[in-house]
Amino acid sequence: MSGPNDSVEEMVRQALDAFARATTVAELNQARLDHTGERSPLALANRSIGTMAPADRKTAGQQIGRARGQVNQALAARRDEVEAAELEATLAAETVDVTLPVELAPVGAIHPITGLIATISDVFVSMGWEIAEGPEAEAEWLNFDALNIGPDHPARGETDTLWLDPPEAGVVMRTHTSPVQGRTMLDREVPIYVVCPGKVYRADEFDATHVPVFHQVEGLCIDKGITLGHLKGTLDHFARAMFGDVRTRIRPNYFPFTEPSAELDLECFVCRGESVGNPDRPCRTCSSEGWIEWGGCGIVNPRVLAAAGIDSEIYSGFAFGMGIERTLMFRNNAADMRDMVEGDIRFSRSLVGAAR
Amino acid sequence: MKAPVSWLKQYADLGEVDARALGEALIRAGLEVETVDAVGDDVTGPIVFGRVLDFVEEPQKNGKTIRWCTVDVGALNPDGEPGRGIVCGAHNFAVGDLVVVSLPGAVLPGGFAIASRKTYGHVSDGMICAAAELGLPDDGDHGIMIMNDVDAAAGDDALPVLDLRDEVLDIAVTPDRGYCFSMRGLAREAATSAGVDFSDPVDRPVPAETSAGHPVQLFDEDCPLFIALTVTGIDPTASSPRWLARAVQLAGMRPISLAVDITNYVMLATGQPLHAYDRAKLTGPIQVRRATTGEKVTTLDDQSRTLDPTDLVIADDSGPIGLAGVMGGASTEIGADTVDVVIEAAHFDQVSIARTSRRHRLGSEASRRFERGVDPAATYAAAHLAANLLVELAGGTLSTDETVAGAVPAMPTVRVAADLPGRILGADIPAEQVVELLRNVGCSVSGDAELAVVPPTWRSDLTDPYDFVEEVGRQIGLDTIEPVLPTPPAGRGYTKRQRVRRALQSALPAAGFTEILTFPFLSAEDIDHLGIAPDDGRRRLVKLANPLAETSPYLRTCLLPGLFAAAARNLSRGNDDLALYETGRIFLARDGAAVAPRPSVTQRPSEAERADLDAALPEQPERLGVVLTGNWRAAGWAGPAESAAWTHAVAFVETAARAVGLDLVRVADHDHAPWHPGRCARFELADGTLVGHAGELHPSVAKEFGLPARSCAAEVDLDVLVAAAPDGGSVISLNTLPVAKEDVALVVDASVPAAAVEASLRAGAGELLESVRLFDIYTGEQVEAGKKSLAFALRLRSDHTLTDAEAAAVRDAAVAQTAADHGAIQRA
Repeated sequence: MSGPNDSVEEMVRQALDAFARATTVAELNQARLDHTGERSPLALANRSIGTMAPADRKTAGQQIGRARGQVNQALAARRDEVEAAELEATLAAETVDVTLPVELAPVGAIHPITGLIATISDVFVSMGWEIAEGPEAEAEWLNFDALNIGPDHPARGETDTLWLDPPEAGVVMRTHTSPVQGRTMLDREVPIYVVCPGKVYRADEFDATHVPVFHQVEGLCIDKGITLGHLKGTLDHFARAMFGDVRTRIRPNYFPFTEPSAELDLECFVCRGESVGNPDRPCRTCSSEGWIEWGGCGIVNPRVLAAAGIDSEIYSGFAFGMGIERTLMFRNNAADMRDMVEGDIRFSRSLVGAAR
Repeated sequence: MKAPVSWLKQYADLGEVDARALGEALIRAGLEVETVDAVGDDVTGPIVFGRVLDFVEEPQKNGKTIRWCTVDVGALNPDGEPGRGIVCGAHNFAVGDLVVVSLPGAVLPGGFAIASRKTYGHVSDGMICAAAELGLPDDGDHGIMIMNDVDAAAGDDALPVLDLRDEVLDIAVTPDRGYCFSMRGLAREAATSAGVDFSDPVDRPVPAETSAGHPVQLFDEDCPLFIALTVTGIDPTASSPRWLARAVQLAGMRPISLAVDITNYVMLATGQPLHAYDRAKLTGPIQVRRATTGEKVTTLDDQSRTLDPTDLVIADDSGPIGLAGVMGGASTEIGADTVDVVIEAAHFDQVSIARTSRRHRLGSEASRRFERGVDPAATYAAAHLAANLLVELAGGTLSTDETVAGAVPAMPTVRVAADLPGRILGADIPAEQVVELLRNVGCSVSGDAELAVVPPTWRSDLTDPYDFVEEVGRQIGLDTIEPVLPTPPAGRGYTKRQRVRRALQSALPAAGFTEILTFPFLSAEDIDHLGIAPDDGRRRLVKLANPLAETSPYLRTCLLPGLFAAAARNLSRGNDDLALYETGRIFLARDGAAVAPRPSVTQRPSEAERADLDAALPEQPERLGVVLTGNWRAAGWAGPAESAAWTHAVAFVETAARAVGLDLVRVADHDHAPWHPGRCARFELADGTLVGHAGELHPSVAKEFGLPARSCAAEVDLDVLVAAAPDGGSVISLNTLPVAKEDVALVVDASVPAAAVEASLRAGAGELLESVRLFDIYTGEQVEAGKKSLAFALRLRSDHTLTDAEAAAVRDAAVAQTAADHGAIQRA
């Protein structure tokens, strides 16, 4: 016959076996009831201590206390294991196909032209410039006369300019954003540092590189001591902000509202000029000329300052203007300008996201 | 303007300069060189002279008669033969003529390769060439080139003699550079930029007035100078020599006849347009005057033109005989029997010519030059160049009796501060250098700190001090100027309007809407198809005088037709599910719009003038519009398709409003085109200001615009949103006490708007109400017919923990208000 020691050790062994056999929380709970509950052998053994001879009680009490501690510890350890395994199984069972298409709302987008205007605006606002705006149906005087475009300039003709009916009323759809410059000079105090992005209208062309309604951004700076060097510095910064590390050149040209006037060219960023005089490596982007015309610029003609009441003896300024559609063509490889104006949702969605 | 390099080299000592390098130099000097064309570069020999030894005419079945020729090509003859056998279809040559022969191996313009080939029963061992086949000007007969005037032997290379090859610069001449519409002007620019000698083809000054030649009377100050030379006894049958026709052809004009080619050649050389009259057809003195009302002239293009009293004309006693500076008249044209010629070289005012040219929609080589400014001092030399060529090429005698009417107008003196070029260009340019550079341009310069500059006669564009800054700048090279970033004063960032637009650019795409751009033009039908009333503001149409398309002559008065057209275009391309929006200006005519003034440009306009300028413009508010059709969300694994509905149009407006911090009031609008009368919401600000409309389109409107039934749209006034959008604002202080929740279900008439019931709940609950949300709408067995049950969740919070009784009291007050306002009954 086994002694009390053997019996307690057997109870512990059976409890530990039962815990190990339990593979679910429910089974473990049953094993706990069986081996630590009020009717469990150890509980009964504990209760029987009172019936023992006083001399044996201490030893038996210690033995049973150790045994219960050992069992409870094993139970806790096994509970952690079983719960972890059960959670793992649950999670495995809850697996979904995360590659399924999900859509809270349709894919929305701003038009690439709007995005580019925002990018350009940020470049100048970050330098301390401001953004000016004006009406699209504009007084002939502000669109032409105030910009030193004389009454007989061919640009006023019906082949170039959209006139409101009757033409004698002297209102045109602005042919450039320059009248905003005129308004700015009339409305603000010098010094003036503004860019004017906006929609402009021409009566003439509609093909892959010309649309009759398009967007321009013009810049105007009027301050003391402004030089052509300041114009070049600003344009270099603007060009780098738009196209990365790109070389620019300006070459003399003619515009009535600037004098001296110049055309701003970008080094062709496709061939980097290597197609020039090299028939084996023709470049479609720059027609193998090495340079791409980006916009016009120059020193503000003192006659334009005079029409705004600014004293050209004290102030000088520069102005520049670029087509935004044209900029988008270079910057984002747009092949046909007509795609930009047809309202096709696929074009608008082609540059989803703002940080471009 | 096409400029053959060979011609430029006649006046500028350019040596062996490469055409591309010359083009680059001219670009740096401010000329727009568009292309550099190597003419004749694609032609290769052997192309040689040959002498026709013999030929046999052989009629063919096709009705043609060919000539089977033997042509001596010297060393290139087959061994032991006197010449090559060549088949030729032309008949304008004779035995013994010297001709041009391209032999097998040659390549003619357009990549046309010559080889021995069997034709008409012979092996043709080459080709006898006509001018056009070599890319040369045709004499008009389309025959074989007869070269008997050339001192060459059979077999000699013909290429050097034919002037087949040249390099031609194509230059876009800007309006300020009229003098560059000539070889003279371009050669001067090339010589200046290369620092080499220039020899001026304008080799003699205009002498003092004399009237010994054909009589001339100047009656108008817009013609200050008129030279008339007379050449008598020319041979009217003389034709242009090859060099002349080729020069004119390479410069981009068509050779026509000797007299015309000579005047064109001299115009191309000097920039001075000339005109030749048949003296026998002139009646009395040549007069320069304004036309009188009703006068007519038939110009050289055979158009009869009714003249305007502001047109400057050349006339004689018979009436007008030409539009001065634009085009000559038919009545005095040089003809096949002309033997005595009067040559005109005159100067005309730029603006006068430009106006006449535009009025008659008649542009010519002459008007193009006069509009941009011609050198008046070149008149006399140009007339002599032409007269001498006529004498040389057509015989005849140049009369020593000349007419010089008027004189070269004096050039103005412009005061230019010597430091101005440096100050404006941002470069250190000493006064002495400024003087030297201006003298290079042809100016006479005196003074030191302040220079007195008189521009040369060919630079009528140089009138202002800054014009001379440009002349200095393009000589030192704009590329030499150091770039510097200017330093603006502290900026104020974006305006409120610009910030509102940015907020919309973020919020609307995030909510699923896609922006497009459309053209802002409308047809009359667009407005009718919207179904709007005769007195609707959207009929305040602004018409264009010269619309891009006659069918769409109006500016848009709302965004929707443009959006509808774009939606229809998308649908036609298979883009079925659309939520397209646009922001842009609309244009509304003002009642009795005034004429925009054109105040003086020499000073700032007055405030009154500014106000008048703006008052003449249409109103141009900015709008925001959307069109929706197809599915908002396509059917997918997660659920069925969700069609685009009025809810999305409403959500569009509310997304936009919320993005700028606005809560709009939304009410039903049963009568607002183009929307469905039962499915249109009107949006207002709290003060009742109209913001816009959203909902489902009226089915007939959808149909008219080619959109599917149940398409939806919204349009709102962005200006109202901008004005109302709050700036800044205060954050709330958090109440951390527990929330009390009360749900109520209210039965009301089906026609009562949910928003009105909600407003009553808010009013009745008072300030303890934190939020209210409609969570269910029920119609059916549980409620009476014609009624509906609206279930709202109320959240209440106070400065102390609310007891059940307090919360119930608030709820009851809210319900009581709905009962009072709408007869609502709370469901048990």
